[in-house]
Amino acid sequence: MGANMAENHPVGFRFVMQAKERGAKLIHIDPRFSRTSAMADLHVALRAGSDLILLGALINYVMSSEHWNRDPFFQEYLTHYTNAATLINPDFKDTEDLAGIFSGYDPEERKYDPEAWRYAGQQGKSSANQHHESQDAMARTEIVGQQDSIPEYDFTLQDPHCAFQIMKRHFARYTPEMVEQACGVPQAVFLQVAEAILTNSGRDRTTSFAYAVAWTQHSIGTQIISCCALLQLLLGNIGRPGGGILALRGHATIQGSTDIPTLYNLLPGYLPMPNATQQHGSLADYLEQERPQKGAWYTMPNYVVSLLKAYYGDAAIPANGFAYDLLPKISADYSFQPMLLMMKDGNLRGLFCMGQNPAVGGQNAVLARQALANLDWLVVRDIHEIETAAFWYDAPEVRRGDLRPQDIGTEIFLMPAALAAEKEGSYTNTERLIQWHDKAVEPRGDCRSESWFVYHLGKRLKQLYQGDTSPRGRQIEAVTWDYPTAGATQDPDLDMVVKEINGYTVADGKPIKNGTALKDDGSTACGCWLYSGIMTEDGHNRARNRKGDERASLGWGFSWPSNQRIMYNRASADPAGKPWSERKKWIWWDAEKEEWTGYDVPDFPEHKQPNYQPAPDAKGLDAIAGDAPFVNMADGRGWLFAASGLRDGPLPTHYEPVETPVSNLLYPGQLHSPTVKLFHRSDNPYHEMADPRFPYVITTYRLTEQYTAGGMSRWVPWLAELQPHGFIEISPELAAEHGITNGDWVTVWTLRGEAEALALVTERLQPLMIDGRTIHQVGMPWHFGFGGLAQGGIANDLSALVEDPNSLIHEAKAFTCNLRKGRIAGQSQGARPL
Amino acid sequence: MSATIPLIDKTMVGQHGARPGAMGFLTDTTLCIGCKACEVACKQWNQLPMDNFGFTGHSYDNTGDLAAATWRHVVFVEQISDSTGQRATAMAPFQSNWLMMSDVCKHCVNAGCLEACPTGAIIRTEFDTVVIQQDICNGCGYCIPACPYGVPELSATDHQAHKCTLCYDRLDSGLEPACAKACPTDSIQFGPVTALMEHAQTRVADLQSRGVDSAYIYGDRAIGGTGGIDGNNAFFILTAEPEVYNLPAYPELPQDKVGRAFLTTFGAALALGVAAVVALRG
Repeated sequence: MGANMAENHPVGFRFVMQAKERGAKLIHIDPRFSRTSAMADLHVALRAGSDLILLGALINYVMSSEHWNRDPFFQEYLTHYTNAATLINPDFKDTEDLAGIFSGYDPEERKYDPEAWRYAGQQGKSSANQHHESQDAMARTEIVGQQDSIPEYDFTLQDPHCAFQIMKRHFARYTPEMVEQACGVPQAVFLQVAEAILTNSGRDRTTSFAYAVAWTQHSIGTQIISCCALLQLLLGNIGRPGGGILALRGHATIQGSTDIPTLYNLLPGYLPMPNATQQHGSLADYLEQERPQKGAWYTMPNYVVSLLKAYYGDAAIPANGFAYDLLPKISADYSFQPMLLMMKDGNLRGLFCMGQNPAVGGQNAVLARQALANLDWLVVRDIHEIETAAFWYDAPEVRRGDLRPQDIGTEIFLMPAALAAEKEGSYTNTERLIQWHDKAVEPRGDCRSESWFVYHLGKRLKQLYQGDTSPRGRQIEAVTWDYPTAGATQDPDLDMVVKEINGYTVADGKPIKNGTALKDDGSTACGCWLYSGIMTEDGHNRARNRKGDERASLGWGFSWPSNQRIMYNRASADPAGKPWSERKKWIWWDAEKEEWTGYDVPDFPEHKQPNYQPAPDAKGLDAIAGDAPFVNMADGRGWLFAASGLRDGPLPTHYEPVETPVSNLLYPGQLHSPTVKLFHRSDNPYHEMADPRFPYVITTYRLTEQYTAGGMSRWVPWLAELQPHGFIEISPELAAEHGITNGDWVTVWTLRGEAEALALVTERLQPLMIDGRTIHQVGMPWHFGFGGLAQGGIANDLSALVEDPNSLIHEAKAFTCNLRKGRIAGQSQGARPL
Repeated sequence: MSATIPLIDKTMVGQHGARPGAMGFLTDTTLCIGCKACEVACKQWNQLPMDNFGFTGHSYDNTGDLAAATWRHVVFVEQISDSTGQRATAMAPFQSNWLMMSDVCKHCVNAGCLEACPTGAIIRTEFDTVVIQQDICNGCGYCIPACPYGVPELSATDHQAHKCTLCYDRLDSGLEPACAKACPTDSIQFGPVTALMEHAQTRVADLQSRGVDSAYIYGDRAIGGTGGIDGNNAFFILTAEPEVYNLPAYPELPQDKVGRAFLTTFGAALALGVAAVVALRG
């Protein structure tokens, strides 16, 4: 669900095909019949934006089924490994009690105070006020839970305040009837799916879900994924081979760019970025706020201090808090969409665009181009002259004459970039596996790698700021920036970068063995604790390893953390430490040697007895019981009820997309997520619910033949010719209503903008019956733009700026539009149909 | 959906005239996800230019046909609805309802193009594949109508005939052809024809046991490699009638028609002559 794996992850889909050869059943739940559906046993067409209803109904189906209630496997997994038995504060009110919202909601601020969702008997750590201000850095303690005592449990699961009972009540209204009404999926089809998933889960079998940005790109995207996590915990499918939720990453190494992040609110290894609006004034304050007392994150000071040591070297000493005050502090939401607004409003003057094409890929791309046109300077590093570098003379509004090049003041620097084969580096993808790739050929002309660009830019900045005593000058001066360079291009030595990421002892510069060797006294330096162990102590980069086998393939690349292939794999054994079954054996307790062993690296303290019970005042991993696999959580349990960490509620709840043709059938009084981040301004208008001017649901997506905003594919003849022009997929039913035939020009519009496309009339799209009326859906690939060989109207000219309050991701997978046959008046761009 | 292929001679299923040492392709459409990596890998390795650029509106097929600069072509056929017009939900395992098939030169055991070539430019290699030698081809175009599958084409640039070489240069270096190398799902398999044919028969039996009754081999003596062709070294597993993929079910070597055509012409001339004589006498 929420993924089109065959088209967008064709190489990973190889393994799905191998599973099918071995008898696996493949179900594709998606608004469109895609190349993935063609390979599936079942294709279930649903309304875009209704995924959470279907998942909620699966949860309800499972919890009500005789099979699930009878099989002791599920009960055992549930009571030991999840927080089903944990008692929640009795004052907590669910959406069932408050007509679609949870307790703790402040309607004026449109924010929740998560204190209202805490476990019973637990004191909240931070004040409500802080939570309100901490919107922009997800505090570590919020994610893993701060606990000062052992939670209260009812292992009979009968207490009305236990997470299990709350969850049962919460999902009671997610029924097959509701799925039929709100998703457009016939009940019989839904039941087929539910039965297939339930019967394929248990002691001997596991089911896995693969999703991609078609779940993420919704105003409730995080909750859709949470909902799937709940279902998988109920079914005992987490921490076991063949289970899990596979987050298919949309770009090569986008996982790597979250681990060692390009995100504004994280430091490497998911450490929160210091925030000026929180008590993060000093290193001690920051650690006091962010360090959980229980669970694996207790060792966080080792990671933070080692990171500061890697950043600032000799300037980081205990006396100055390891130069913590040199770290920038954030104070607001600086994610992509607010950044566009800051640019447009003149509050952000310069931009580096590296591997991104916001003139096409930016939400509300009309606004994105206006934002680019309002910068003082713009650096674009790419392999082609992408739209972001060419908008000033070539954008539709310039071609039409609405905007003149001489009125755009942005100074644009286009820097030629090296291709993947022209540089070495690593990829980290869905499976957290870091794989190294070598340089095959030298880049041509002035083309350079990212590492070259960033390193030499840093060198020049250091030169520029030499002797500057301003805070910014001190920051730049203190940064260690001394990688050796080599070759004709003077690229930095990436082995040294890998060593820094891995961590080393400061005294002798030798790589450390793994993350447990990190210290908080300044004797170790480490660029990303999560990747520790990627280099062996004798300096071998394990991401280069290429020895596979029939199971965990521990000799292939290196996966974080500690080369574990399945996280929380303690759950692959029963509470006593025995494999749940021979077929699904993975990690188990060796009673003789008194250690955890198996096919994988155990994600559990090596010698912890399965029956270990922590003392109430135990800290860190010592506070995790021997039968609690989820070592990153303060209570070691998988959370059915998310007592903290989410901004829009402790349980997944369906809200309609910001633009929708139907009301919220589940919670009639609460149409949208109460905490969705909206940007109400005249250049970003939204459509009302069921606005007759915009009757159709539109979803955007990608094709195998093109890649993201097109910078790497639309200029390449061999790829461009395979999908040579922007198109819109329309069902024959809707096409007939508009007199559109295959290959006709179609104009699509929203209140944000309009776009031209060629009609691809296909039965792969189908109208659905929603709440008694026909709803049409159309689909438009978002690859195309005005540059390159393969051109077409920009799908993101139609979309709006909207944010999921947790991930700050937009909502491009479900919004509303209108369309008509014919072209935009005066438009002449793009190729003509044959 | 199920294909019912009228078999003229069931005993010919899996029968093939491949010579010892023959190498070829098995293109198993039930594994094809239509990614077109084969098309790109082919053009890249063989340095073939972009051609026929444009949106066709035929599903995701913007390639159209095999051509002088297109030696792999993924055919897309949408068969989404069932016989009552309802969109399908439950489907056959593996590829169904949206058919994708990577078409290629069949490298016939008896190749029409080779037999028609007057200059000897088209040769049979040591791998039993059929290759046009570009330094000999004079662009006469005789091979084009001689191919029952419509594979070779004259290039508008160099006016010579071109088609798949089964990556003769790669085979020569012990490498598999570029398309097979790039195929992520092993829909395109390269190997000795006899082994591939054995595998294809096992695979078809396996598919049928899983309910894909429509699976069959295209390119044996029963279907696709008929009419004196004696089998294709590049053959396929299909699940719909050959015509659905724009393939002839029972192709014939055009050369085999020469005798018949000659006799017909001779007979007609004779009859006309007799008639004329009779008429004149009358």
